[in-house]
Order: sequence, then structure tokens, then C-alpha cells
Amino acid sequence: MSSYTLDARNMLCPLPVIKTQDKTAELKRGDTLAVVCTDPGALNDIPAWCKINGHQVLDTRETGDEVIITLLVS
Amino acid sequence: MTSPRKAVALISGGLDSLLAARLMLEQGIHVEGINFYTGFCVEGHTHAIRKKDKKKPKRNNALWSAEQLGIKLHIVDIIEEYKDIVINPRHGYGANLNPCLDCKIFMVSKARQWMEDNGFDFIISGEVIGQRPMSQRKYLLPVVMRESGADDRLLRPLCAKNLAPTLPEREGWVDRDRLLDFHGRNRKPQMALAKQFGFEDFASPSGGCCFLTDASYAKKLADLWQARHEKKYELDDIMLLKVGRHIRPKPNYKLIVSREEGENKYLSGYRKNFTHIETTSCGGPLTLIDGVATEEDIETASRIVARFSQGKNEDSVTVKITHINGDEKTVNVLPMPPSEIKQEWYV
Repeated sequence: MSSYTLDARNMLCPLPVIKTQDKTAELKRGDTLAVVCTDPGALNDIPAWCKINGHQVLDTRETGDEVIITLLVS
Repeated sequence: MTSPRKAVALISGGLDSLLAARLMLEQGIHVEGINFYTGFCVEGHTHAIRKKDKKKPKRNNALWSAEQLGIKLHIVDIIEEYKDIVINPRHGYGANLNPCLDCKIFMVSKARQWMEDNGFDFIISGEVIGQRPMSQRKYLLPVVMRESGADDRLLRPLCAKNLAPTLPEREGWVDRDRLLDFHGRNRKPQMALAKQFGFEDFASPSGGCCFLTDASYAKKLADLWQARHEKKYELDDIMLLKVGRHIRPKPNYKLIVSREEGENKYLSGYRKNFTHIETTSCGGPLTLIDGVATEEDIETASRIVARFSQGKNEDSVTVKITHINGDEKTVNVLPMPPSEIKQEWYV
């Protein structure tokens, strides 16, 4: 199990979701992925994407202008 | 026990595709959604950028639809392939630069490819005869089926009873009697069906989902092509058309002037790719210069930037000009009077 970070800053939705989708497809079950975004829409969209695709959101954080969503590949 | 038939549903995020997919789920079909990202999708981008809109709810409507339906959604980046549709639409443009018919054919074609690659049986679309002026006229619906290669594997559950039976109907995979006969621009039947299914808070039913249908946006794109003497674009070009005031004092360059803090932040992500101007003696907009500007042009641009700064009524505003090669220069300029900023400069 490994941890990865995806830089999706300055991208507007749905690009952060597409990048998350593509990155997750490369990972193994149990890996974690922290997605760093500047589009606040990602706070809704990435958890929604996780929900319909069976992945688990471990944490969502807002730091200044960035939002970080950490998911567990399931 | 046989496995359920599988359909891939084109999910735009609007009400019609939501209802069409729901009708298929009602019939026990295994449905997964597909959504295509062209770069022109509206999806709240302006809200995402502008600070004044920060409190408005932001969501991707296609994801929201999939969540409501409880189905998987595959979002596919078609930015590169889609350029040819926008630049050379075989069936022409609609009222603006919207190649709706070519777009529909292309998306159904991509869905067909996905269907074949993933062992699905047919495609669902939320089209309704006569609802949209360009792509949903009755005589054009067969064109989409034929030119996409989907043929009779394309089912439109909302208006299927007005059309010839498709393969899923003929084979008994779906019950034609339980499909619908919607037509025209009246949205009441869709609204009633949404209520019946308990869908609330869905995306504006009649709203466009593509910037190319927007007259102001299309004008900016046409200006870009004219200025560059070629019909080409990159993703960054079309994203920047959504942001700021676009002012073209001369054919060889234009200014992209942020209108507020959120746009300032968004444009700052592009600073390294453009010569840009910032005010330093007072608050003001970050401005990118797109094109090849002479020293004289940059002076004009600086005066325009000063006009949109908090020092617009001062005798002098200090601006920092950063060239694309990193060279910086600070100058004092007289803000340009509004009467000198010609209306035709605004793109």
C-alpha cells in the first residue's frame, strides 16, 4: 500500500475528476491518493466520483486557496 | 438466470439524460453513464473562478446525475479529438459557434466505441424530437444514428414511440410499451416525470451546457481565430476566453484584464506564459497580453490597465511589466480616459 499525490491545481472541474479517475486506475486497492485542487467544486465532485465508483474519501481539507481530498482506492 | 442487458447512457448532467437513464433502470437494464469533456462544458467554471460567486453551490451535474441514479459514470477527456468538430463541422454551426449536430454524432460515435470495447449492448440518449433547433429535428435523428455508426443500437427512451423500433426494442431487451412519446419544446412532461421519480434540484432543464452556444463566448473565439489567422486553439486558449475582460486595441494583441480577486488568482496561474502587467502603486487587475505587442502597444496596454485600477482618477499609476522572458520593467503611466477606450476594442 502506497500513498500518492496528484497535483490538479489551476484545473477546473471536471479535469481534477478526470485526472483522479485516470490516476486511480493505475493504483492498487489500499493505496491512498491525495488530490490537491484549487477549484472548490472538487470538494463536491471528487467525493461524488468516489461514491459512485466505490472508493472511500478519507479526508477533505481546505488550506488557503487549495482543497485537498484524500481517497482510499477500494 | 440470464445477465441483464447493458446500456451506456450519455449523461450530460441535464434532466433529459437523467430521465432516459432512469427509465432504463426501471426496466432492469444495467446502465453505466458516459460523459465527455470537450473543454467548452459550462459546469460552473465561471462560478469556480470568480470570488463573488464562491458561495453559489458548485458541482458537476453529470456526477450528480450518476449519484442520483446510483450508476457508474465514466468521464472521458475528448479535448484533442473535439477540436476538429469545432473547427471543421461537416454540418455547420448553429446560431453561434455551436456545431451541435456534428457534436452529437461525435459523442454517439465515441459512446458506440466504448460500448463495443466494454461489451455493452446499446446506447441511451436523452434526446427528444423537436426539442432543440439544430440536432434534435426528427429528420436529423436518423443522421445521428447512421453517421455515428450506432445505427439501431441507439435508443432514445423519452421519444422512442415516435420513432421506428430499435434493436433493443425488437429483441425484447426493453419493453417498447414502457417507453415514451415526448416531442417538442414543452418541458412539462419531463418536469412531471422528474417529480414522479422524486428528482429535485436537477440542472436547469432548458439551459445550454456548452459555451459555444453563448454569443459572447463565440465572439471571443471568432476573434481569437481572426487575430491568429487560423482556426486553431489549445485548451488554455478556450479556458482563458471564460475569464476577464478581453480588450483588443490592435489586431496584433489583446489584453485579458481580470475583473476581481478570483480572476486575478486564476490568471496568475498563466503569468509565466504571457507578458503581463500589474499595478504596484494601487490595487488593480492582473492583465495578460495575448499576442505580439510592441513597446508602444505595451504602453497603451499599461494605460488601459491603470484605467481599471483603483488609481484610475490619479495623474499617475505605477505598473510593473513582466515580459514573457522574465524581464521586468516598472513605469508610471497616465490612466487612459474612458473616452479613449473605444467600444469596438471590447471583444
